[in-house]
Amino acid sequence: MVFTDIVFYVLAAILLFSGIRVITTRNPVHAALFLVLAFFTAAGIWLLLQAEFLAIALILVYVGAVMVLFLFVVMMLDINLDKLREGFWEYLPMAGFIGLLMIVEMTMVLADKNLHPGQAAEAPVNYSNTATLGRVLYTDYLLPFELAAVVLLVAMVAAIVLTLRERRDSKSMNPSEQVRVKRNDRLRIVSMPAEVEAPEPAPAAEEKK
Amino acid sequence: MVGLSHYLVLGALMFAISVIGIFLNRKNVIILLMAIELMLLAVNLNFVAFSHYLNDIGGQVFVFFILTVAAAESAIGLAILVVLFRNLRTINVDDLDQLKG
Repeated sequence: MVFTDIVFYVLAAILLFSGIRVITTRNPVHAALFLVLAFFTAAGIWLLLQAEFLAIALILVYVGAVMVLFLFVVMMLDINLDKLREGFWEYLPMAGFIGLLMIVEMTMVLADKNLHPGQAAEAPVNYSNTATLGRVLYTDYLLPFELAAVVLLVAMVAAIVLTLRERRDSKSMNPSEQVRVKRNDRLRIVSMPAEVEAPEPAPAAEEKK
Repeated sequence: MVGLSHYLVLGALMFAISVIGIFLNRKNVIILLMAIELMLLAVNLNFVAFSHYLNDIGGQVFVFFILTVAAAESAIGLAILVVLFRNLRTINVDDLDQLKG
């Protein structure tokens, strides 16, 4: 047994354990933390498969951003856990049956001899996964890459707009309303009788001044 | 010796675990979203394994795009969840019955 095989089996065991804990744990915060563990372990497995860039990207994007977002939301919501756990094990026989069926089906497909190309070819000495991926991404897959950027932008705008809330006590101004204002909205001209010359002020009043 | 089939079976197991998770946590939207993330992780694992054993970088490019879309999906999903909780004070799936479809 090679050392990498041992590493694979250990990582796979941790991955399966954390996956099971994600779906069975009671507290959503624990579930999110086990999901972090699952992503971290999956990144280790991807390193075994020599996908270094994606392994780092998985940790940066998922553990660093998405899971923090999950934890924020979980802690922000004040939810009644007991209500949500009602009848938790009720569907376990059905779920276990379907899960087992899926595993059996997939194993039958994967046992096909045509699927197995044998060992992977040795990579060249100065092979760089990041450079190769980047070269393909910016040439063959340039259009999908741009579309992915658009998808991210749309998602960002959608998330902000969905959660945007008008605050009542905020002091803000609307520039377009300010620009559109007419003279008549602000200025009122009243016609008044012309003033007559004021009489000479009394000397006492002048002294008071 | 660990080969392609080991990785594929691991991916299948992860996928089945998340399907079971969707069945068990059918009332809690947060855990449902997490199960979907787990499912996408299993798919990505298969992509990376095929990419390595078939010497084709295209699989990793696909994983890249799946990661992008999954991040966008979870961001929007969580935003919808926050709006939902603000309006209904619950995230129980059973209570989301206002659309009488």
